[in-house]
Amino acid sequence: METITSIRPLLAVLVSLLITPLLVVSGRKPNVREAWTFVAAVAKFLIVLSMLPAVLHGTEIVYTVVQFMPGAAIKFRVDALGMLFALVSSSLWIITSAYSIGYMRGLKEHGQTRYFCYFAICLSATIGAAFSANLLTLYLFYEILSLATYPLVTHHQDMEARSSGRKYLLYVVGASIGLVLPAMLICYDLAGTLEFSRHGILAGTAASRPMLFALLLMFVFGFAKAAIMPMHSWLPAAMVAPTPVSALLHAVAVVKVGVFSIVRILTGVFGIQLLSFFHFGTAVCYVAAFTILVGSFIALSQDGLKRRLAFSTISQLSYIVLGVALLSPKGMIGGMLHIAMHAFGKITLFFCAGAIFVATGRKNISEMVGIGRRMPVTMAAFFIASLSIIGVPPCGGFISKWYLALGALQAHQIGFLIVLLFSSFLNACYFIPITYTAFFCRPEEAMFENKVQEAPLFCVVPLVITAIISVILLFYPQPFFRLASMMVENITGM
Amino acid sequence: MSQDYPALLVIVPLLSAFIISAAGWVNKRLCFPLSVAALSVSAYSCIGLLLRVLNEGVVHYRLGGWPPPWGIAYYVDYLNGLVLCVVSVAALINLIATKKSIEQEFPEKTGPFYTLYVLFVTGMLGITVTGDAFNLYVLLEIGSITGYALLAMGDEDRAPLASLNYLYMGTIGACFYLLGVGYLYIVTGSLNMVDIAHILPGLYQSKAVTAAFIICMVGVWIKMAFFPLHAWLPNAYTFAPSAASSLIAPLMTKVMIYVMIRLILTVFTPAFAFTTLAVSHYIVWLACIAIVMGAILALAQHDLKKMLTYIIVAEVGYMVGGAWLGNRAGMTGAVLHIVNDALMTLCAFLVVCNIVYKVRGYAFADLKGLFAKMPFTMGAFVIGALSIIGVPPTCGFFSKWYLILGAIQAHHYDFMVALLFSSLINVVLFFRVFEIGFYEPFSDHEGHEHHSAVMAEAPLSMLIPLYIVTAGLILAGLYTGDIVNHIIRFVIPEGFI
Repeated sequence: METITSIRPLLAVLVSLLITPLLVVSGRKPNVREAWTFVAAVAKFLIVLSMLPAVLHGTEIVYTVVQFMPGAAIKFRVDALGMLFALVSSSLWIITSAYSIGYMRGLKEHGQTRYFCYFAICLSATIGAAFSANLLTLYLFYEILSLATYPLVTHHQDMEARSSGRKYLLYVVGASIGLVLPAMLICYDLAGTLEFSRHGILAGTAASRPMLFALLLMFVFGFAKAAIMPMHSWLPAAMVAPTPVSALLHAVAVVKVGVFSIVRILTGVFGIQLLSFFHFGTAVCYVAAFTILVGSFIALSQDGLKRRLAFSTISQLSYIVLGVALLSPKGMIGGMLHIAMHAFGKITLFFCAGAIFVATGRKNISEMVGIGRRMPVTMAAFFIASLSIIGVPPCGGFISKWYLALGALQAHQIGFLIVLLFSSFLNACYFIPITYTAFFCRPEEAMFENKVQEAPLFCVVPLVITAIISVILLFYPQPFFRLASMMVENITGM
Repeated sequence: MSQDYPALLVIVPLLSAFIISAAGWVNKRLCFPLSVAALSVSAYSCIGLLLRVLNEGVVHYRLGGWPPPWGIAYYVDYLNGLVLCVVSVAALINLIATKKSIEQEFPEKTGPFYTLYVLFVTGMLGITVTGDAFNLYVLLEIGSITGYALLAMGDEDRAPLASLNYLYMGTIGACFYLLGVGYLYIVTGSLNMVDIAHILPGLYQSKAVTAAFIICMVGVWIKMAFFPLHAWLPNAYTFAPSAASSLIAPLMTKVMIYVMIRLILTVFTPAFAFTTLAVSHYIVWLACIAIVMGAILALAQHDLKKMLTYIIVAEVGYMVGGAWLGNRAGMTGAVLHIVNDALMTLCAFLVVCNIVYKVRGYAFADLKGLFAKMPFTMGAFVIGALSIIGVPPTCGFFSKWYLILGAIQAHHYDFMVALLFSSLINVVLFFRVFEIGFYEPFSDHEGHEHHSAVMAEAPLSMLIPLYIVTAGLILAGLYTGDIVNHIIRFVIPEGFI
């Protein structure tokens, strides 16, 4: 495995952080301020993209910022999995920034400068987490992300925001300080290092099976951003945030950092051999399967559109964990690929929810009867994105679910195959009716007079773009598929 | 000149105190520049001294050229070189930051205040630099008495009583220490720390030595507010003037922790403290209780300053526990935390200074809407809070790292749980304050029609030093590796596991 040293990972992280003072200074001139956000977003995406050719060739890019102790440093390593995640989040930031403009201005929101500043900081932390070379760096960016998303979640500054903010902190920060921090230090004590390695660093250590299992559970539940039950309650509560926040952060960046961290723990800290030797993989699969099923059931019962999407996200995140925990190559490819497929699909769904809110002020599905007649573009995009999440062609989600199913077969786990298929069926049960009642209803049941139009252009264009990407990804899933396969080859091949 | 840094850093402030006092009679406005000059010389000497230690190793200095054990010898190694720098720089930054605050709170007493300020710093620096056990007592009393006076100058109704309480307890603590030194003198015939360390090993079985150690320890614990001997601290620091509490809170307890570590590592040596005495397990247990009680009592408070003082009680528990874990990681954590906690406490109390300067109060009810009114001060407060909680890359995370690692290696999982518990409670404590500053006063509608408060930020002379400290928090975090590998590693004797 060739490695080259380059400062580009650090630059990718810093570019949005450095733009923040410029955002503050241009706060009085919204167009200038938004222009800076776009500059940062495009720059970040281009820097990430510039490292893609090297990664596809099998080279890893490293950069050490500062070394504290042997085995503990702030260090970046760009490998296939990190590149996959970074590409997804940086590309979606550009689109979300466009959407934010439409949304925030359409609703005449307050505190927009603060909003864009913290958004930039959050993306810095996300890319930092994606490129982390070791558990300490990952923990650092995970914490910064938790804290930087707080002002975004509590943007409205009312009583509901306050209590949701508390719940958010309790679960996310409480779990990371209470569970991940001690687990990380115990790992350091056992292994002498925290660097993610191909075989897992805990492989040769003198730890007993119960101790390792306890550590595994501490990590799986400690990374509460992955919303694995019972650490999931913060996600529906966080839906009080403005929709672009819910879209990018809670469908893409924040929750994906959670599952990404768990994937790193499974592959880089514990290692495939150790997990299969002790049958820990199966245990994690059970935990994930529980979340998948229960999340889908609860989603069925939700009337609030964003809440239904939140529970759907909780369920879909555990697909990623399940895929990797199956420990079979196809399952792992499916899980990692789902990071990308789910991101594009889910963000479209949230964009649609926000567009509906801007155009009509409605938040509940029962109030959205007949809206398809008035907002056909939005609802068409919603339909396509929901197909992707359900996992049927012609959308990209089909590929990841296909591989997950193959992975379950490869690991001889028919039970989990059934879980996957049943939960896809449940996904259909809670998504299709939304589109159906939006388009097909008797004229007298339609709840809207003629005057409701599509949401502003800045809202509609992004969601159309992400819906189209979801379709394109079925026919051309590169580079995500190649990156996922490379990563899996890397882990299992050696 | 550079040969005399150890003497300069104590004598310059001492003599300047008299000059400042006289100058105060002539023209009040002279006091500030004179104090800044005196403390700058001290800070310069301390940094120069640390660099000398890094180059040459331990520095022995004889005051007046008289040889020990009759003359006073100053002994500067990596440990007190580091602490000296922290103390002098913190005192200097605080002096500059609180100028406006002092002028606002007691315009007619600036002369006496600056005199006492400089004398207090003399005391702290003297305690840290000396190598003589009795000289330490003398400087300790100088520091304490000036401290009592400084703290009593606050709130007219409650400060004198709080300070009197501190005086009683503090004097008892200092007397305990003196008694312990007396026992050592009887047994060894010397007052010089290095000398005592050479003579003691043959005498470890002596009951007098055991008694000396325990009595010294208890005395030092009273002075550092180790639970349950902490009762003087919350009131004394809360009712004090802002400038005095931001001077004393970061320094006094940390210097006492230094004294404790000096007693363990140099005077009595680890062989005695950990092996012969065999109470370290119980002391760590006591430290756990201190941490938990500090956290719980902090939760019960309704004003910012008192909450911060209980956090100090918990932080003292961190350091005592870390030092007594008996392994390298724990001791590293304790020494690193001396530096980090001084910075964090200074940052927090400077923020309180700024808030009191503008809002004239420090209760939670006074903090409403502060994020809008004083964004820069609150920004620094957020970073200070993150450091106290222990979020990387601020320095607070790294001392917690070493402390928890030490706890795991020593199989003291109770200490690890106490540290994590305290971090979680700190999250609650600080986010409570953030909530009040961020949300209240609540707006009428969904928040869409938010009346923006007019910004009324503290003056630049208070903000710039605050931001220097805040930057220091992050830099100290990022440079932890350097601090540990180049300085703290040599503090701990080789044989320490």
